[in-house]
Amino acid sequence: MSTRLAKQGRLIDRSKQIEFSFNGKKLKGYAGDTLASALLANDQMLVGRSFKYHRPRGLVASGSEEPNALVGLGSSDRFEPNQRATTTELFSGLSAQSQNHWPSLEYDVGELNSKFFSRFLTAGFYYKMFIHPRPFWKHVYEPFIRQSAGLGKAPDKELKDADTYEHFYYFCDVLVIGGGVAGLQAAKSAAATGAKVLVLEEKSYWGGRTPVDGGTIEGLDAEAWIAKTVAELEAMDNVTLRTRTMGAGVYDHGYILGYERLTDHAPGQGGPRHRLWRIRATQTVTATGAIERPLSFAGNDVPGVMLAASMRDYVVNWGVTPGQKVVVATNNDDAYRTAISLHEAGVEVVRVLDTRESGGGDLADKVRALGIRVECGRAIAKVKDGKRVTKVAICAQNGEGGAREEIEADAVAMSGGWSPVVHLWSHCGGKLTWDDAQAHFRPDPERAPTGHDGKPFVVTAGCASGPLTLSAVMADAAAAGAKAAEAAGRPAQSVVEVATSDLTEAPMEAVWMMPAKADIKLRMKTWLDYQNDVKVSDVQLAAREGYESVEHTKRYTTLGMATDQGKLSNINGLAILADSLGAEIPQVGTTTFRPPYHPISMASIAGEARGEIFQPLRKTPMYDWHDSNGAHWEPVGHWRRPYAYVRAGESVHDAVNREVKNTRENLGLLDASTLGKLIVKGPDAGKFLDMLYTNMMSTLKIGKCRYGLMCSENGFLDDDGVVARIDEDTWLCHTTTGGADRIHAHMEEWLQTEWWDWKVYVTNATEQLAQVAVVGPNARKVLEKLNANAGGGMDLSKEALAFMEWKDGEIGGFKARAYRISFSGELSYEIAVAASEGQAFWNALVEAGKEFGVMPYGTECLHILRAEKGFIMIGDETDGTVIPQDLGLHWALSKKKEDYLGKRAQQRSHMADPDRWQLVGLETVDGSVLPDGAYAVGNGTNANGQKNTIGRVTSTYYSATVGRGIAMGLVKHGPKRMGEVLDFPGTDGKIYKAKIVEPIFYDKDGEKQNV
Amino acid sequence: MLILECPYCGVKAEETELHGGGEAHLKRFGPGSSDDEFHDYLFMKENPRGVHLERWRHVNGCGKWFHAARCTQTLEVFATYSAQTTEPPQEVKDKISAKRPGWTWREFEG
Amino acid sequence: MSNAVSALGGASFAGLAKVTDTGLGGMITLRGDFASAKFQAAVKAATGTEVPATRKIVFGDTGAAAWMSPDELLLLVDYDGVDAVVAKLGEDLAGEHHMAVNVSDARACFSVSGDAACEVIAKVAPVDLDDGQFLAGDFRRTRFAQVAGAFWLDEAGVFHIVCFRSVGEYMFNLLKAAAHPQSKVGVYA
Repeated sequence: MSTRLAKQGRLIDRSKQIEFSFNGKKLKGYAGDTLASALLANDQMLVGRSFKYHRPRGLVASGSEEPNALVGLGSSDRFEPNQRATTTELFSGLSAQSQNHWPSLEYDVGELNSKFFSRFLTAGFYYKMFIHPRPFWKHVYEPFIRQSAGLGKAPDKELKDADTYEHFYYFCDVLVIGGGVAGLQAAKSAAATGAKVLVLEEKSYWGGRTPVDGGTIEGLDAEAWIAKTVAELEAMDNVTLRTRTMGAGVYDHGYILGYERLTDHAPGQGGPRHRLWRIRATQTVTATGAIERPLSFAGNDVPGVMLAASMRDYVVNWGVTPGQKVVVATNNDDAYRTAISLHEAGVEVVRVLDTRESGGGDLADKVRALGIRVECGRAIAKVKDGKRVTKVAICAQNGEGGAREEIEADAVAMSGGWSPVVHLWSHCGGKLTWDDAQAHFRPDPERAPTGHDGKPFVVTAGCASGPLTLSAVMADAAAAGAKAAEAAGRPAQSVVEVATSDLTEAPMEAVWMMPAKADIKLRMKTWLDYQNDVKVSDVQLAAREGYESVEHTKRYTTLGMATDQGKLSNINGLAILADSLGAEIPQVGTTTFRPPYHPISMASIAGEARGEIFQPLRKTPMYDWHDSNGAHWEPVGHWRRPYAYVRAGESVHDAVNREVKNTRENLGLLDASTLGKLIVKGPDAGKFLDMLYTNMMSTLKIGKCRYGLMCSENGFLDDDGVVARIDEDTWLCHTTTGGADRIHAHMEEWLQTEWWDWKVYVTNATEQLAQVAVVGPNARKVLEKLNANAGGGMDLSKEALAFMEWKDGEIGGFKARAYRISFSGELSYEIAVAASEGQAFWNALVEAGKEFGVMPYGTECLHILRAEKGFIMIGDETDGTVIPQDLGLHWALSKKKEDYLGKRAQQRSHMADPDRWQLVGLETVDGSVLPDGAYAVGNGTNANGQKNTIGRVTSTYYSATVGRGIAMGLVKHGPKRMGEVLDFPGTDGKIYKAKIVEPIFYDKDGEKQNV
Repeated sequence: MLILECPYCGVKAEETELHGGGEAHLKRFGPGSSDDEFHDYLFMKENPRGVHLERWRHVNGCGKWFHAARCTQTLEVFATYSAQTTEPPQEVKDKISAKRPGWTWREFEG
Repeated sequence: MSNAVSALGGASFAGLAKVTDTGLGGMITLRGDFASAKFQAAVKAATGTEVPATRKIVFGDTGAAAWMSPDELLLLVDYDGVDAVVAKLGEDLAGEHHMAVNVSDARACFSVSGDAACEVIAKVAPVDLDDGQFLAGDFRRTRFAQVAGAFWLDEAGVFHIVCFRSVGEYMFNLLKAAAHPQSKVGVYA
């Protein structure tokens, strides 16, 4: 059984007991425990089921490389699936649930199923099954897969995450990722140059695993050296230290993401849960250590089989032993340290199996001296299946697994050697080299990731560079820190020598299969990827089926594609692949390392962007009035505009109809503040606008307005609006709501990058002004009343301010600019006042308008009013493929101008094609409303057997003014087909019949607006 | 995420402050140009692996367009320079040649 | 004028730092040739200052001038006097290509003060705010989370932020979130 030891546990505080629960069972641990160590202390070795076969799984590792111990953590609005027990600090009240099992962790139906289905679930299962027999997928395989697959449960979609998250931008000379002894030494060396240094450590404590492994640095034992060094660094102004912060990813030009977990260990304490550090570092030192590799023997996934160094961590750090009788299997000297730790803790080490015929070095001698039985050239043939290690069969390493001796044990410590954590080095293009002696890939310092200046910006330190002995690690780290600081522009320093103690270690031996010639029955029980259930036999099958590329094999077998991204399985897997292909490991290469190193929360990426600041909402000065007067909001870009003002007892549709009728009959007010207002000024402004607009703007008289069209360089209609000539060299260009920023940028682009010698300045004054459209037969009356109340104001008579004229002055005491323009066909003024006075001006209009039947109207009424008049709307009649000629706007295309943006494009053959669909009005035969976007069908079918389309609806409304549905659309040869009735099949199965008419449904002669 | 130094305001702007604008130094063809010329101007953009001359706008900043000479393969930035030029200035060409001897751009060979 | 109200009506929040809507200020977008003596004189007449150096803001007796781009300044003057200053700029720069536009009402303005002001801004803007990196009188246009804005630091250590009026509420709520009392980063203060 796994249990808490009487002594040991450098990280736990036995005076602080903590209660937590696992699958509803109340358990106890200590402050300083991880969930993993606390579970082991409670003999909870079984922590989950595997993804595919639902095999029982226990803890394998002690850090973020753990593949099995994924749990659902918390409850309700703080529930999160797939949290690693090994990286979860224990806190009071923690509640965890195991995953991937039904009905319970102990008794799982999927496990039984897997015995039947496992022959289907080999490499490439999904690819093969999708093919045949077809009906099987839907009725047999998919239901089974759906029931048993999936990693954890998604949080309740009705609940919102109770926590908050944030970003933080930070800049430094040298960023050190990893706070083990190498990271601390590198930071110390870098900081000595005066460089600004930030050190990130993913765990809650400094020093990494050296205190567990032993050794002395500068005459101090590791723990004392770490405490001293951290204190020194903390005292330096140029150094910032952060624990619980993982270096998650290294990106182009020295952009690094740091993932700080602020309250995961103390939920609900307030403040953000995670903080995403968006760091720009001139140089980055990755002191990310190394990860121990499992050994590939049959039953290496049975709970109780654990990485040797991780087992040592549990003993030394948390005072927990995973078993009482332990077998150690290794191909290197390091695992002997585990034997020593276990022995010192009073745990029986029944056997050390060293695959090397010649055995180990000093450590092996020490183990033998303790009376532990060490056997060389020996291996594990098989661990007996079950929920816990019970028996281990032993054989010769160099054989097929015969002549076994069976011994009793309840835990196995395995070590297949160490692989440097090269992820962060590799994220941005750092290359690797194969180290034959250590049997691992390590960073190739000659091929580092390069930054904006073409020079390397990542340096590795310590085990992450490859060396595994303490003296080599410290020497490498000291050099790395100095090198990074120098590359960051600090003065060069001579590298300090760090005195360390080392034992003599014998060379390790590469072991990819245990025993070396294991038969197929063993290989089918030998796991490479624990989380995705990929076995040695799967990779071998993939190789036989022709998957030679490691990237293909990865996807075919799903090796390394689980949430641990193959931290334990990749090297072992590609060694098997290389062997199957008869190739060398470096020839096969590795898969691509992509950020993040370890999963980070989606919420931390979103940062503060949630709730009311999920995205910017742009509000006009009158927003609050609209909101408290029934506004049904419509998003228009980031703006919110009232779609209609709904009164009590009304539907939105009722409100729209009321607004339409009232505006035509009495008086309507529209908040038009969102319309773009670009001021264009300069001696060349007229020339410039003549290039931008299709029609002539340079000839516009001061005081006058003109409607204009803008096209993109490839001819398509882009924006429209009314242009006013302000003075000799100043024009004001109105754009659509969505066009303000875009057209401003468009103007700046042409001025800065093409016509930079033209003297023109542009300012976007959109938000300076609140603009109100005062529309309807009573429009003049309400404005004149405002002026009368104020004792005077600008003359708004037909004679003083004619249609398509503008004027500055005062209206109702407000400094205002009035435009006689109409997008509704009614008598209409658009009045612009300072945005800060917009609400006051609106209030004045509402008050004065009462006797004239004033009502505000929204964007839908605006749309209907303009459609009744046949005015086009950018985004309805246009979609980026429509040219002005399609819309019958030839009158707005100047023939006098030699050039304007889009002119040349409109001469291209396809643009001049008489078969292009053209704008017409559409009236349903029965008065109903045509479906939006419906297509008109003609004779015959296309190559796919679909009916030929000959047109489509671009705008369609119920018009309360004419009491029927009205629409506009683009129809092939439309203007020549007046009176023809077309079929528009709806998605509801009905066919709508509509007659082609002129696109003007109201006041064809335009008398209403010109009074 | 790239950093480009805006030649107008000197800010070493990160990509989120910038807006990319595609190939630099396009020659505009308008009315009077042939169909082929106009087609090439609109659509036939360079997309090299290696040295690329690009347009960028410091949109969340001083608002100015500028040019960047950049390696699309390594993301090395050779220089940023004024947008008001129809070809890279000699000093920019020299900087690129120093790093990528033999690079070419249109008729230019470095 | 009594009718005029700022975007957030003077709202304020005290957390890690104090965030305040500083109300209406007079602002003018002035574009022209900085090298021209006439332009320099016009700026001086309007604000009492020289034309600021790149990415600086300078203060004079009657206002301030901030560097927006190589051909654009933001002049800060008294709100009620803006129209007169714009008119005067027009006269002073007559005959010279320029543009002066009143943008006072197009803006929302905030101050962020207190020990952790740097950290609050560093949560939402990609700018180095460490000691010596951003000094009193520095002026920077950048991005605050998802919206454009500009900010400067005054002699009293207070940050001033200017953004578009329509996103004033977003900016205020953003700064409020960044100034949550329990969200101190602890690297600058």
